[in-house]
Amino acid sequence: MVVVWIPSLMRDLTGGRARVSAPGRTVAEVLDALEAAYPGVRERLCPGGRLHPSLAVVVDGRRAPLGLLEPVGEESEVQFVPAVSGG
Amino acid sequence: MSTPRDERKPVTDEPVSLRVIGTRPPLYGAVDKVLGRAVFGADVSLPELLHGKVLRSPHAHARILSVDTRRAEGYPGVHAVVTARDLPEGAGEQFERDNTLAGDKVLYVGHPIAAIAAESPHIAEEALALIDVQYEVLPPVLDVRRAMQADAPLLHETLRTWSLAGQAASPSNVAEHLQHVKGDPEQGFAEADVIVERSFTTTMVHQGYIEPHASTALWHPDGSLTVWTCTQGAFPVREHLSSLLDLPMARIRVVPTEIGGGFGGKASSYVDVVAALLARKAGRPVKVVMGRDEVLKATGPTPGTFIRVRMGARRDGRIVAAEAELCYEAGAYPGSSVGSGADTIFACYDIPNARVDGYDVVVNKPKTSSYRAPGATPAVFAVEQVVDELAERLGIDPLDFRLLNCAREGTRRVSGQPYPRVGFAEVLQAAKAHPHYSAPLGGPNRGRGIAFGYWGNWAGQSCCTISVNADGTVSLLTGSVDVSGALTGIAMQAAEELGLELRQVQARVADTASIGYTDVSAGSRTTFGTGLAAIEAARDVIAQMRARAARLWGVPVETVSYDRVVFTTSVDPTKRLSFRELAAQLSATGGPVMGRGNVDGDVLRRGGAPGLHIADVELDPETGKVTVLRYTAVQDVGRAVHPGNVEGQIKGGVAQGIGWALYEGCFYGEDGQLLNPTLLDNKLPTAMDIPVVEPVIVEVPDPVHPYGVRGAGETPIVPVAGAIANALYRITGRRMERLPMTPAYVLERMGVI
Repeated sequence: MVVVWIPSLMRDLTGGRARVSAPGRTVAEVLDALEAAYPGVRERLCPGGRLHPSLAVVVDGRRAPLGLLEPVGEESEVQFVPAVSGG
Repeated sequence: MSTPRDERKPVTDEPVSLRVIGTRPPLYGAVDKVLGRAVFGADVSLPELLHGKVLRSPHAHARILSVDTRRAEGYPGVHAVVTARDLPEGAGEQFERDNTLAGDKVLYVGHPIAAIAAESPHIAEEALALIDVQYEVLPPVLDVRRAMQADAPLLHETLRTWSLAGQAASPSNVAEHLQHVKGDPEQGFAEADVIVERSFTTTMVHQGYIEPHASTALWHPDGSLTVWTCTQGAFPVREHLSSLLDLPMARIRVVPTEIGGGFGGKASSYVDVVAALLARKAGRPVKVVMGRDEVLKATGPTPGTFIRVRMGARRDGRIVAAEAELCYEAGAYPGSSVGSGADTIFACYDIPNARVDGYDVVVNKPKTSSYRAPGATPAVFAVEQVVDELAERLGIDPLDFRLLNCAREGTRRVSGQPYPRVGFAEVLQAAKAHPHYSAPLGGPNRGRGIAFGYWGNWAGQSCCTISVNADGTVSLLTGSVDVSGALTGIAMQAAEELGLELRQVQARVADTASIGYTDVSAGSRTTFGTGLAAIEAARDVIAQMRARAARLWGVPVETVSYDRVVFTTSVDPTKRLSFRELAAQLSATGGPVMGRGNVDGDVLRRGGAPGLHIADVELDPETGKVTVLRYTAVQDVGRAVHPGNVEGQIKGGVAQGIGWALYEGCFYGEDGQLLNPTLLDNKLPTAMDIPVVEPVIVEVPDPVHPYGVRGAGETPIVPVAGAIANALYRITGRRMERLPMTPAYVLERMGVI
């Protein structure tokens, strides 16, 4: 099962849990499973069906360039963090 | 004179040692720049060229009631006048449109409202005065904390705070709230024996690039557009033009000129769309060159901030809890660097319990843009003084305290991401071993401070092609604009892979019609990310040339190898061809060879670059003037591709950091007028203000890059203000809670005035 780190401002949806497990072969599939277990997660992360532009997906410590399409392994960690750039 | 590579003996069965990387060749284009031959944005000239000027708002906040351009249109020598009405209806994001040419409101002094193209810049300027704009002046809000209050004037009636908790119901100047929580901060503070809490404010600072923005637009009879512009990224400019002009990307060619500084400020586009609109309306090419006051009033500085930091540590020296609140001014439209500020503030440390809250807040000042490690310098200025105070109260040497608490491989950041191998500890150890740290200060009113900073780096997307010429030289094209000599570092990595001398590689920056999409040269990404593309292109070249050798020799390609000196085959040891010899036979063996590299470096990237700075300063107790006497900057750069250029990056970052620390800033009156829109009043540091800066390069290779490269360009500015503030504390006994630390502020903190 993939471990998803729940952003602190979304833990009202997971009963305060900071980390939850969910199945899936891609981030999108993991998100589907999360949505089934914790309704409302998708709308927070992906309003209108697309990852919010302020967010980036991190899989196993690396920013995932494919975003929701990024493949994940059975023991992967998925995080949603603010997107940052540089100067 | 070095030995030509082709005549060297092969080094088969020996590990390949680096022959180009780590050397210090002259940078591409350096001589042209020194001789004044390089073509910068304002140097572009075309037949029948017209000159554009922009009418800007005199008010910080006002509703536009009407814009009457008729008198200006009739002025002799004027060929076109444009306003927001000339933007295609519905094209682009609303905020992007409004910041290019204001719609119904102006939101800062200098906000563009209209533009004129005329026979000369002087005629255009005169005609600007003939445009009649009627305003309803509104109260401005200029301070981040005031803007966050519920009764503050609203810039955008439709803006509601977004966060992962959802979208707020009512309008606000707070565009976004972000939060990171790790562990249990309350429990952590309960365990702490010492707790320090302080608040800090920093003012907006402009990047201070010497070359103003300049753009020249030419429409072709087929309806396509060419734009020459000084930018850090030609492709993002193309996207901006495409979006606001509603024009297919393929019909736009953006040609990046040489760039006279950017530091993040030229990652944004200001006059490209205006030049294109004027050129289309006038039917002639138009060049728009911003004046210095326009640059300082209307292009993105870095945010002003309010930052509160609270940290707790046990008697054994371990930091057990931390929290921070970062409020960043976005300027007139959302999008400050608070995300990276929040990402950076505790990045150097292993803290088990922490919370960070960040707020992106609009105010009546120009929309902010990136500035070298955007968001990090104010955050580190704040946190490093609190860390210093904790160390002092615990009676621990400040460097040892940082070593005790520094992040290590596997440490999780407050955002939850684990660190890969990064040289946090190695940098601290190198600083401790450096003679500067233990040298006598040599006089009264002198102090020494240190600060520890980090920048996470970015990799982004890059394209590179390498074409093999018949004489054995190669031509390399990249979409990365040559900021800070990055082009040379990219070419050096290709030369290393190809087994060529750098002089055999001619690298050039391509326009958007000649190479694939490449991100801006920013975020300390270019030597890493576009370097990866160059390595991939070089490997593609070698693969194709191995196939040509196999064809020539009639052997399977799998048997052909290249040891960066000669191509050989395991089938017949007598068969040998140098790169040059094989290049001469390409046309007879299948035609040209061109290698291609197109990468998304973020697939690999995980680690950034930490830096520890040591500053010795002297304070004149009567005037408050601070002089930096000695400066040492220790940094993990992974692998210095061009050590001289890396040292230049470190020195340049420190110089900018000293200006930011002591005197630079955009100072506004209560009505939102910029009070110092010239470089006389917005002082940048010169050689007279900067001591000898000693860069100390630490090389902890980034394991994901073939040569261990890390980005190096941004970290050098991050710790500077914090190091100087900590040095001033040693002299004054006062913590510095404001940037810049002007003489007046230092005297105020000392209780002298």
